[in-house]
Amino acid sequence: MDDNKFTIDKITSDLTHHIRINKGFLIWMGVLTASLLVCLYAYSLQLRNGLGVAGIRDYVTWGLYLSNFVFFVAASLIGMLISAVLGLIGMKWLTPITRIAETIAVAFAAVAGLVIVSDMGRPERLLYVFFYGRPQSPILWDVTVIITYFTLSLLLMFLPLIADMAIIHRRVASLPSWLKPVYKVLSLNFTDQPAQNRIINRATRILLILLIPAALSIHTVTSWLFAVTSRAGWDSTIFGPYFVSGAFVAGSAAVVIAMFFFRRNYKLQDYLTDLHFDNMGKVLATVSLVYLYFNINEFLVPGYKLKRGDAIHLQELFAGKDALMFWTVQVGGLILPILFLLFRRFRKPLPILIISVVVLIAAWFKRYLIVIPTQEHPFLPIQHVPQNFVHYSPTLIETLISIAPFILVLMIITLISKFFPVIPLHETAREKGIDHIQFD
Amino acid sequence: MEENNSSHSQNESEDPKGSTRRNFLKNIGLAGVGVATGAAALYSGHIFEAKKEVSGDQKVLLTQDGKLVQVDSLEIKAMEKTGEELSESLWREGIPGRRWVMVTDLSKCRNARKCISACQEAHQLRPEQYHMNTLQMQDMPVTAPFNMPKNCQHCDNPPCVAVCPVDATYKRPDGIVLIENDRCIGCRFCMAACPYSARIFNWIEPKDAANHLGQEYNAELNVPQKLGTVSKCLFSADRLREGKLPYCVEACPNGVYYFGDENEDAVTNGTSKETVRLSKLLRDNAGYQLMPELGTKPRVYYLPPKNRLFPFEEAKDQTPENV
Repeated sequence: MDDNKFTIDKITSDLTHHIRINKGFLIWMGVLTASLLVCLYAYSLQLRNGLGVAGIRDYVTWGLYLSNFVFFVAASLIGMLISAVLGLIGMKWLTPITRIAETIAVAFAAVAGLVIVSDMGRPERLLYVFFYGRPQSPILWDVTVIITYFTLSLLLMFLPLIADMAIIHRRVASLPSWLKPVYKVLSLNFTDQPAQNRIINRATRILLILLIPAALSIHTVTSWLFAVTSRAGWDSTIFGPYFVSGAFVAGSAAVVIAMFFFRRNYKLQDYLTDLHFDNMGKVLATVSLVYLYFNINEFLVPGYKLKRGDAIHLQELFAGKDALMFWTVQVGGLILPILFLLFRRFRKPLPILIISVVVLIAAWFKRYLIVIPTQEHPFLPIQHVPQNFVHYSPTLIETLISIAPFILVLMIITLISKFFPVIPLHETAREKGIDHIQFD
Repeated sequence: MEENNSSHSQNESEDPKGSTRRNFLKNIGLAGVGVATGAAALYSGHIFEAKKEVSGDQKVLLTQDGKLVQVDSLEIKAMEKTGEELSESLWREGIPGRRWVMVTDLSKCRNARKCISACQEAHQLRPEQYHMNTLQMQDMPVTAPFNMPKNCQHCDNPPCVAVCPVDATYKRPDGIVLIENDRCIGCRFCMAACPYSARIFNWIEPKDAANHLGQEYNAELNVPQKLGTVSKCLFSADRLREGKLPYCVEACPNGVYYFGDENEDAVTNGTSKETVRLSKLLRDNAGYQLMPELGTKPRVYYLPPKNRLFPFEEAKDQTPENV
């Protein structure tokens, strides 16, 4: 693409024309709100009658809610991979994707906190975690690092927005009138002075570096909720990296899906090009390969020894009750996507969208397979209890409550992308050779 | 500044007299502080002595751990903690001087399930909620099946306590792992961590909840049970406080359970009321623990199911199909 055709006016209008309230937005948010209300009604039933409205019981005590929580934490990790790891390495092509990745990170991390509340038997005692918190408990570590990661991600999203908002509230006439003062306040009087840019760049760099340990921690600690127990299937030393690498797979897929829809709906074809999809395809293939490597370790090593507990667990996964889901997820959601992504033609926008949707769905079921089957075969036999204690099956109310966080994530992403440029404006202008922007 | 400093130090070295004077003053100061401190100490000691009156009226009191002691009546003070605060600190301190231990003789269990019903009755549990459950076990295909009563193992290294985020479940000095359901947030991490599946949850409104509305909570009995919280075997801590054997131990018709104090090295059979040496009982009968390889250090010991008194019978389930 010829960079000369990008003037600041064109870039500004291209990247901000979606910032307005239109019919499509209202319908979409209306549908989301209505669905959310249905789910909230389901949650009110749970609040009134207790967790018994869900299918979880004394043996499978962590069900959809917890596997959902793991999935949400996982998806949020992509902000760190795209912005921090790849960004610090100096990959220039990432610029238009960074804000998408950070939006996903912020949305999923914020909602993950809510998901875990839906799993509490006594949600009104949530603050006890702060009043009586015991630092020995991994839950305390999880709460700490999730709040840290969320804060860092939010700041990281905000810093590049300062310049963007300064440009927009001065140069974009079509900005909704009520949004203008908001932009003015949030732009913090930015006027593109070298000193201001230096501060923002330095702060961003510090945040990027801090983001790496924070992100690694949130998913490692989340994996420890399982790995600190001695149950077969959870009692694993590689759960930390296994979860982290899996998180990158889910997150990369989520970013590709978001890229596709933003590109189409906000007409960003000039900025989110086939090259970006091609590169994201390579990223997705790479992280999937790493995840495959950890999967091989996680299943082959205990499978070779077949200690009693592991033998029962693996038998159920490989050839038992969960075999269909297991192999569909492993082959369809991991091995086949890797094979397809090796070919350039499958890294074009539409094919990679389809692959990413499959990968993301598989990633959700993978969390289910990590959380639930282990609990169905504890060390001691399950006896003299009702049938629904022995086998877990989610109820309708539980499913609705589990859908709510997805709706919330979509709402957050929609709102952020509707009121702020999806692609960093100031940085893009810089990269297109516009060194100084006139502030009128 | 620097110049001033150097001239100052020069002065000091040139004027040995000045230096002595300074030292002298310093010493006086130190001595003064010392005297003042000593005087203050003496004075406060005097006040304390003056206050310490003796009435000569000796009262005989019973301490928490059951010893009779004599105390001057003026020394008796009202409890600092009262009501809920007091009971909570008692719950957490446990029963001083004790190390409770249970021995379950598998050769005597015929799955009468009397322990279970006594336990469920005492703790207001539904039929499918077990603090104590009898499992039908079979170690290997060639070995015979047997009944194994299983309750909380009151581990000395309890995985459940380690993971609790709010200190709702804790290990007491007397060995009991307790749970307070007015603290529990219902995260169920303890249930995930327990390798013995010993913990249960109040998924729905507890049994006859309406009848127990005004009842004062007692953590040592864990009643009234509370919706959305975890419950488990407590070694009948409320009974132990009264000097009685646990509900299950007392209810067993077949002499399966021994219960007692490791510090005394004595356990009492709940059926025959015979008291025996713990160490000898375990040694003579090859006592063992459940899954000791997990490092949990259980306080429940099992005696192997050899020379069984009763033939093994398949148990009939009386629990509802779905709850």
